[in-house]
Amino acid sequence: MTDLLVFAAEEGAHGGSFSEGGFFADTAGIMLISPFVAFLLIIWLGKQLKNDGAEFAIGAMAVNLVWASVLFFQNMTEGIVREVHFEIANIGLFEGRELIFELGWMVDGLSIMMYWVVSFVGLLVFIYAVGYMHGDRRVPWFFAAFSLFAGSMLILVGAPNLIQLIIGWEGVGLASYLLIGFYWEDIENVKAGNKAFLTNKVADVGLILGAILVGLAIGDFSFPAISEAAAAGNESLGAVAAAGGLLLFFGAMGKSAQFPFHIWLPDAMAGPTPVSALMHAATMVTAGIYLMARTFPLYQAFAEEAGIRPIMVTIGVITLFAMGLLALVADDIKKVLAYSTVSQLGYMMTAVAAGGYTAGLFHLFTHAFFKALLFLGAGSVIHAVHSNNMSDMGGLRKDMPKTFWTFVIGSVSLAGIIPFAGFFSKDEILATLDHEGYVGFMWVAIAGAFVTAFYMTRAVALTFFGTYKGHGHPHESPAIMTTPLIILAVPSVLAGFLNVPGLKLGSFGNFTDWLGARVVPMGDYHPESLDWALAAYGLTAGVGGIVIGWLLFAPDRDTQGERDRVEIPVLYPLLRRKYYVDDAALGLVGFTSGPLARATDWFNTYVLDNIVNGVGGAVRLAGRFVYNGLDQRGIDGIFNGLSAVADSAGSSLRKLQTGRVQQYATSVVIAALVLVIVVVIIQ
Amino acid sequence: MLVNQFLIVAALLFAMGTYGLLVRRNTVMILLSVELMLNAVNINLVAFEAYLRTSEAIGQVFSLFVITIAAAEVGIGLAIVLMIFRNRQSANVDEYNLMKF
Repeated sequence: MTDLLVFAAEEGAHGGSFSEGGFFADTAGIMLISPFVAFLLIIWLGKQLKNDGAEFAIGAMAVNLVWASVLFFQNMTEGIVREVHFEIANIGLFEGRELIFELGWMVDGLSIMMYWVVSFVGLLVFIYAVGYMHGDRRVPWFFAAFSLFAGSMLILVGAPNLIQLIIGWEGVGLASYLLIGFYWEDIENVKAGNKAFLTNKVADVGLILGAILVGLAIGDFSFPAISEAAAAGNESLGAVAAAGGLLLFFGAMGKSAQFPFHIWLPDAMAGPTPVSALMHAATMVTAGIYLMARTFPLYQAFAEEAGIRPIMVTIGVITLFAMGLLALVADDIKKVLAYSTVSQLGYMMTAVAAGGYTAGLFHLFTHAFFKALLFLGAGSVIHAVHSNNMSDMGGLRKDMPKTFWTFVIGSVSLAGIIPFAGFFSKDEILATLDHEGYVGFMWVAIAGAFVTAFYMTRAVALTFFGTYKGHGHPHESPAIMTTPLIILAVPSVLAGFLNVPGLKLGSFGNFTDWLGARVVPMGDYHPESLDWALAAYGLTAGVGGIVIGWLLFAPDRDTQGERDRVEIPVLYPLLRRKYYVDDAALGLVGFTSGPLARATDWFNTYVLDNIVNGVGGAVRLAGRFVYNGLDQRGIDGIFNGLSAVADSAGSSLRKLQTGRVQQYATSVVIAALVLVIVVVIIQ
Repeated sequence: MLVNQFLIVAALLFAMGTYGLLVRRNTVMILLSVELMLNAVNINLVAFEAYLRTSEAIGQVFSLFVITIAAAEVGIGLAIVLMIFRNRQSANVDEYNLMKF
């Protein structure tokens, strides 16, 4: 069993030895708490402030970015593996072992990377949102919920054990529900929020069951313990690895919008655009990938033997290819980006499921920058033309140059053109698939790269080229919105160089080494050098997509709208109806839950209500008896009687108070005499 | 030395004071009666001191205190009587009945 494990010795910059970190690792919990402090402060004081409480949200994120940056740098130089936890409660005994509920924070390569991404993207999106939400409804509440969103994600990525991870996981779900349904005056938005929440809830069952299964197998929910048990080939963990691994993957599918749980993500566009940017870049959808990466040793040790790898890879590949196609027919620019996110999440999930820990996370890292950039760019366009539909846009490159150029940078990076960030991360995924023996899937992923380039070219062409088809005259967005775009454009171009195969940044090593700072080595595949043949395939697909997309959508400027309406039989309606997955899901829910709901309603109305009414009536009778019999007559009688006695005693005694001084003096003299007589008699 | 004759005088004086306290209606006379009672006590104190001859002369010192207190008491008492008399045009103690129920 253990000989199947190939835990390659990490030959990182730090030779596999890590430090405990210093002050910043000791106090990393501040990052987990500060957004919640901001949340409370915004609710308390937000309305009275000039920027509706955005100050607190931005302040918390700025503090977090300082902490995360210092930790990131420390991790670059020395590598940090640190776990801090506090015992909260003893859950009880299970098979002779004590289960302890702990809260705390992890500080290792994976967590630090996530801290930094969430803080960096979060800070820029918060700043952008100040401009975007200016003058909108309920702005303080928006920033409060936004802080809650980022804070829950930090709780999740900082979790040292599965239980805290589930707490953060549900917090993210709650905050996303609040933000997707932010404009709740419109019933469609409420429905979108419900859809997101309920779809996630279905998958969450998998996460919770998986967590229980894995945690009870070794009697410990903490990630270091699970990692070490997996690395040591713990037999009881191996026994539940297939089921536990699949259940955890099931949970990850929900949050990371893998087929067929992807249905919630495009609808989640109902929220304000900054929410979409944060949700698609740093928080929420990356949670599933993070979970897979966090429990990676479990899969690395047992997934091959249990035979669950092909299932997970297949789902990832279906997601990356089929969902990319959906972006081709969407008219709403945010939906194009949403399907693009689903597709890119498919890449990440495919990579992690196939054993490419670094590859998947590196794509997560670069994707966070260019997808946040694209969403914020789309938000900037929407802000200018007051419509989400590309059929109302066109020709905006002259009016909005900053948005145009940054959007193009993001698109090219997403399309995977060398030397932009997306090229290197996508190439690493292809190399991993090739190495792990999923060659067929690798070709699908290359085809997916073609589709990616194609739909992004379409989106750029329809939005920024041709003639303007909307109303009014669009203007470039204010500086508070364009500055985050420009800042995000920098890592969208350069982040790829952090992890070029075979290239190390001096003594700092590279992204692979930084992510390798974990309790046990990950032992995933790292290409020694760039495979130029593979890179050429990916690059050809990307360039091909751009060229064909450009030929189709750009030249015929006046009729580009009509060109977009070319309908290929069978395929077009299939894509328009989103492969009927939404219909199937809703139909399934309606088919099963309709009769169930009616039966429950009947049971509720006729059985439960009667029981409740009966109990209520009995309680009323008992209450009436107690009031009339015991309280009014018994207890009140006693106290009325006592006070009447005191009253009559008082009125008879007060007659002694005559007010005549000499009567009092007489009493004194008589009493003195009596005393004297008594004393004399006693002696 | 016999102490009886002093005690008899003091007892008579005290009894007269008590009688006056209880039966006189004029407030000034009541105050005078109280003075009589106090002086009866003083006689007792001095008489016992002379009889026992303690080195510290406790009885005489004590009677000096009683005289002081009595002076103060009469001062306050007469001031009160004067104020009431101004308001009510009467020194009859039976009419001082504001304190009853």
